[in-house]
This record gives sequence, structure tokens and C-alpha cells, in this order.
Amino acid sequence: MALLLKEQIDKRWPDQAKCTCTGGPHLYEITCARETLAELCGWLFIDMRLKFATLVVEEASREWRLRYIFYGGAGAVWVHVLASSPCSEESFPSIVESVHAADWHEREAEDMFGLTFAGHPRLGDFILHDDAWQENVQPMRHHFDPQMAIRFRKPAADWRPHRIVQEEGAFVMPVGPKFSGATESVHFLLETVGEDVIRFTPRLFYKWRAIEKLAEAKPAGRVLLLAERFAATTAFAHGLAYCQAVERICGAEVPPRAAALRIFLAELERLRQHAGAIQEICESTALVVAASGAGIVEEDLLRISGELTGHRYLFGMLAPGGLLVDLPDLACQRALRGSQQVLRQLEKLEARLRVSSSFLDRLEEVGLVAHQVATAYGLLGPVARASADAHDLRREHPYSGYEKFQFEVPSEEEGDGYARLRVLFAECRQSVRIMEQALDTVAGGSVCRSFPFRAGAALGWAEAPRGATFHWVRLDDQGYIDRYHVTAPSFANWHGFHAAVENFAFQDFPIMLASFDLSVSEADR
Amino acid sequence: MSHWVFNGIRTGIKTSAYPRRPETAAGVTPGLPRGRKLDAGEAKALMDTCPAEVFRLEDGRVLADVRRCIHCYRCMRIAPHPALWEQSYEWALQPGRETGFVSAFKKSINICVVDAGDCGSCLNEVRQLNNPYYNIHRLGFFITPTPRHADVLLVVGPVTDHMSLALQKVYNAMPTPKLVVAVGVCALSGGVFAESFACAGGVTDVLPIDVEVPGNPPPPLAIIHGLLVATGRKAPVDMPATPYQSGGSGP
Repeated sequence: MALLLKEQIDKRWPDQAKCTCTGGPHLYEITCARETLAELCGWLFIDMRLKFATLVVEEASREWRLRYIFYGGAGAVWVHVLASSPCSEESFPSIVESVHAADWHEREAEDMFGLTFAGHPRLGDFILHDDAWQENVQPMRHHFDPQMAIRFRKPAADWRPHRIVQEEGAFVMPVGPKFSGATESVHFLLETVGEDVIRFTPRLFYKWRAIEKLAEAKPAGRVLLLAERFAATTAFAHGLAYCQAVERICGAEVPPRAAALRIFLAELERLRQHAGAIQEICESTALVVAASGAGIVEEDLLRISGELTGHRYLFGMLAPGGLLVDLPDLACQRALRGSQQVLRQLEKLEARLRVSSSFLDRLEEVGLVAHQVATAYGLLGPVARASADAHDLRREHPYSGYEKFQFEVPSEEEGDGYARLRVLFAECRQSVRIMEQALDTVAGGSVCRSFPFRAGAALGWAEAPRGATFHWVRLDDQGYIDRYHVTAPSFANWHGFHAAVENFAFQDFPIMLASFDLSVSEADR
Repeated sequence: MSHWVFNGIRTGIKTSAYPRRPETAAGVTPGLPRGRKLDAGEAKALMDTCPAEVFRLEDGRVLADVRRCIHCYRCMRIAPHPALWEQSYEWALQPGRETGFVSAFKKSINICVVDAGDCGSCLNEVRQLNNPYYNIHRLGFFITPTPRHADVLLVVGPVTDHMSLALQKVYNAMPTPKLVVAVGVCALSGGVFAESFACAGGVTDVLPIDVEVPGNPPPPLAIIHGLLVATGRKAPVDMPATPYQSGGSGP
């Protein structure tokens, strides 16, 4: 497939696109003329069945550089499609008609850089809310001055929600940003004519903290703190993806002991996050004993993490080049025994849930996501795997030594809430299995190797508990950040969430929300 | 379905004895740094490792402003003369005045939780308050969805620009007397997000704070301590020597 890709591109677009194989055998860079961009990306996404990872926009001194990153396919390749234009030219062709997964990425680029994407059906009012900011504030541009932007603020006072349903009697039910008990801040526009949700539009970015801007001109070590803390329920996975990007740029090797312990901790985090997701699903169906049982398991895992690393969310463990501190083998064994015990509790819980008809009635055939929808939206993680889209970066693009471990990538066919729950339970089992192997094979030696910084850019990736996360980092030769772009799994899953909730009754909405395990802070950044 | 009842009973009591007795289980708190005696050179090395400007030198002693700590553990793990670390969880502070809650609110309060840009961990720790280990109902604390029923506003997150108005509206919708409990370093000072143009530097920029709970995130027991302080059932810990100044703690 790898060779095929270059040959086919050379044949199809002999003059418009140039394919080179630069960094390693699996990384292709395709420099592409603007008018061929949409066609080429569509071909990669639909015909070659690659997945869309992210769109990275960079403002170089004289030109815009856009990088559309695709991955996967039969040869497990990375394909970077590069397009550029002079700084004065701020319009690019939109690729969403064929690559629907790029929809929100283009909207983000429009909001952050002021680029327009010709042919995109709906730009504007995305990250920067129109009722808080005027147009032409472009925070990610180099010349952006926050003082001026804030001083001359003119929000659109007449902002109204975007409505799609125009039937007689139709109305919008607004929910949030503050709603329910202890939930993340997000706004939902639920359009209905009565019982069912007909159209659903999430309004995100109430929690936008502009971490990508904040990271600029900061030393790489400091930005790790941001990478860990912007979505801290999955802090380790994001920190890991970031560290791997920095290590890739500098050609740094991680000592084998650190690589194995990183996997151990990443799987511990996955287990804990999945237990939390299971707890939320049980709670959304008001099955109190099950919710309590899962809650006990989640707290047990938080305590195991706290006892092992000092921090319940695994902060302060990672460092570029390895780990900040070594973990004693005995403590790791203890954490593993605790996790195995917890897994037995989870298995008991699963067995009981499986025979609780009132619980299953709320989950089965609720929040359906068809396989085609999952692929078109580029859904990630357990949500995609429950719709027979069994992709996993740990398997297809292994990092930190995952290729050495035996594990399965669980997947289900139905794409409903119950399928997602089953995937979560199955992944918990695999996580403990990986943790066991990681401790069996862990070597001695140091856990951190320091390295000199060098200028460059690279993508770091990790399979976070909620799905694939991509961190694009560009460093200067002093080790300061030039550009940092984070694409977290919830960003993709929020994009596709509407497909699951539409044409279902209102009372199923909390259950569908819980079964998607969406994080707002991951998407908002 | 009867197996749920049986199973629920068989699980037994998991609930922490706190505040009646201290909680001794491992892993319930990330701990906080404490100051120590160091000479000027050693102190500088310690202060340089801290990205959050927690430490300062006063009369040959390094003092720690725990409200700024982001739990990066640099001071404990890479500083040549590491900071002392205290595995406590009774952290809540009362900046200045008495809470002024009338005694009727001592036994039972309703809490309205607002996420003002939190990273998810503080909120997740607030979620743990309702799980069997902590079960705040036994202490008369209830999380309510509506501000109209709330006595305490519990805020997590640095108050992003987009959430600022919503936060003020929630506060204004609450009946008096009311208290604001700021939970987590971001709510106290903005934490790692303090420098962002899209955030305020903590809740103080928007609302008056009555009780502060440091930590990134504070564990559930520290949040419980904060609520007990708010209701006057526990004493706050001593304030650090100098008052906290807003802004400038980002990485």
C-alpha cells in the first residue's frame, strides 16, 4: 500500500501533487496545489480509507502553511497533505464535502486565524462566541494583541441560536451552560416539536482557555504542565502524546524502563477513566446500587494512582525523555494487584448489569451510531469501536513499545449505548492485561535521559481513554514552542454526537450523553 | 432485580469516618509542599524549580504559598534540596472575614456547582463526593441543580471569558445569605491558565470568595473540609503570611 500510494498519486496528479517519503518508511508528505486539495483529500479519505487526524495551520513569515494529517489504512501510514499560500491570500478550498471529519477543524481555523474555506457550509460563531466577541479577532495570528481585542470588544447583541427545524410548533430547548448537578459547562440547543429531539446542536467552547496561544514562546518543559492540565481526567495520555512529539523532534530515546512504566500508567489511567464512564452510565439510568459500585471502583483506582505516584490524576510523572521519577517495583506490583482486584469487581458488576432488564431497556437501541456515520465523522475511541470501527493507535501506530504486548482491540457491531458499555468493560480487561505484561517485562536502569533541543516539528500521538489524541509541536532550537496544536478525541466525538441523539426521546438524552463519555475540557482546550 | 438489594447490602459500609476521625487510607490526597529552613543558595535552587512561584524566602526560611501549588512535584522530585511534603487534606482557608452564615445553615446546605473552565479533575473530585466513600449527604450537604435552592456556590476553574457572565447570573439567582467556595488552584489564582487572555485570574476577579480550597485538584476530603469551614463546623487553616496577589502564575 505504501508504495502504491506514491505511485497512484504520481499517476493521478502528475503535475499538481508531489509525494515524498521523508521521515521514516511510513510518513508521506504530499505537497499539493490548492485546486487539487479537496480532490486529493477526498481520495485519501474515501477511496484509500485513511482516517483524518487533524488540520494544522501555521503562519510562517511569508506564507500560510496548512497541513492535513491522515493516518491508518492498510499500510498504517501517516500522510501529511501540505498546502500553502502567500499571507495575503486568506482563502483555501474547503475539503468538507468529501472529508466530513474536517468540518470542525476548518471552522476552528477560520475562527483562530481568520482563514476562509470556500465551500464550507457554515463558518463563524464557533470557538469565539459571537455574543462575546466581534468578528476579525484572530487570536492565533502572530500580530494578535489581547489588550486591543479586549478593549475594543463589540459582541453581537442580537445573537440568536442557529435554528434548522422550521415546522409549525417547533421550538428550541436551550440547556446549559450550567445545568444539572456537577457537569461540565456546555450549551445544547435541542430542537423539537414535542417528544423527540429532532435536531441537536452543541455549543462548545464556554471553557476555552486558549492553551495553544498560551503555549507559544514558552519552554517545552513548561508546556508539558499545560498538556497535562487542560483535560486532566486523561492527563497522562495527553502529556504522553506531547512528550513523544518533543522527543521525536529532538531524536531522543526514552530508556526502556521509562517506556514500560509509561504504558503501565497510561493503562491505569484508562482503567480509571473507563470506570468513571461506567459509573456515569449507571447513574444516568438511575440504577443506584450499580452506580455506587462503579463509584467505589473509580475511587479505589484514584487511590491506587495516588498511592503509586503521589497524585490521583498522575500529574508530575512525565518528563520529556522519560519519567520525572522512578517507581519502585514493589509499589507497581501493589498497584497491579489492586487493579486486578478492581477488575474482578467490575466483572461482577458487568455480569449483574447483563441480567438487569430495566437497565438494558434504557441502553439497547438507544443513541445509535451507524458504522458509516462513525467513519464519516471520524469518531474515535470506544464510541467508534462500538460501531465496528475497530481502530486503535496502540495497535496500528504503536508507541512507547505497545507492539511488544499481547492485547485485543474490542469492538461491537450494534453502535448503541449497550455496545459502548460492553466495549468499556472489555477494554478494562485488556488494560489490566497490558499492565501485567508491562510489569513482567520492565527492565532496570534509569527512567530519564536528557537530550539537547533542536528546531523542528513533529506529531505526537497516543490512544487516550476517550480515543486518539494528536499533539502537533513546533520547537525552535532553544527548545521554545513555536506552535502547539492539540486535537483531542472528544473534539471529534462531539462533532458526531448529534447523529446519535437525533430522533430519540428527550428522556434518553442523559443516557446517550453518558454513554458517549464526552469531555468538554478536551474539546474546548 | 432483587440481586441488587442483596449486593448493595453485602458491599458493607465504605464511607470515610472523616470528619469524626481522620482518614488514614493511602492515596486520598496529593499532599502539599511545606516550607523549610534553607540558606539563600539552596533556597534559590528550590524556588527556581517551581513553575508556579509557590515559594519565597523570608528570614532564612522558605515559605510556601500553598494556594498557588499546581502539584507538578518539581520541588520534591528534582530540586537538590527538596521541599518538605505534607500528606494532609485539611486545607481550606478563609480569606479575611467570617462567613456570616446564620446558625440555621450549620446543619444542612444546598450546593450549586459551577464549572467555570475547569480541566475536569476538580469536577471529577466534586463528583466523588456523592460516591459511597465520601457520601456528603450524611453531613447534610446536597448538590442542587438550581441556584434558586442553593446556599453555597461552589466554583471550579479559572473563570473563562465565556463563563464569566453565566457565573455571575448563577450567583445573582441565589437567595441570600450565600457563600462562594472556590475549589482548586485555578479558581483561586487562575493556576496554569492565569496568563491566558481568555481567562480571568480566578474567581476573585468576578465574585467575592468566602472559602478557598487549594489543590490541583483538591481531593474530596479537602473539598469536604472546605464545606465544613463554610458552615462553621471546622476551623480554617492559618493564612499564609502575606496576602495573595492575583495573576502571573502561569507556566
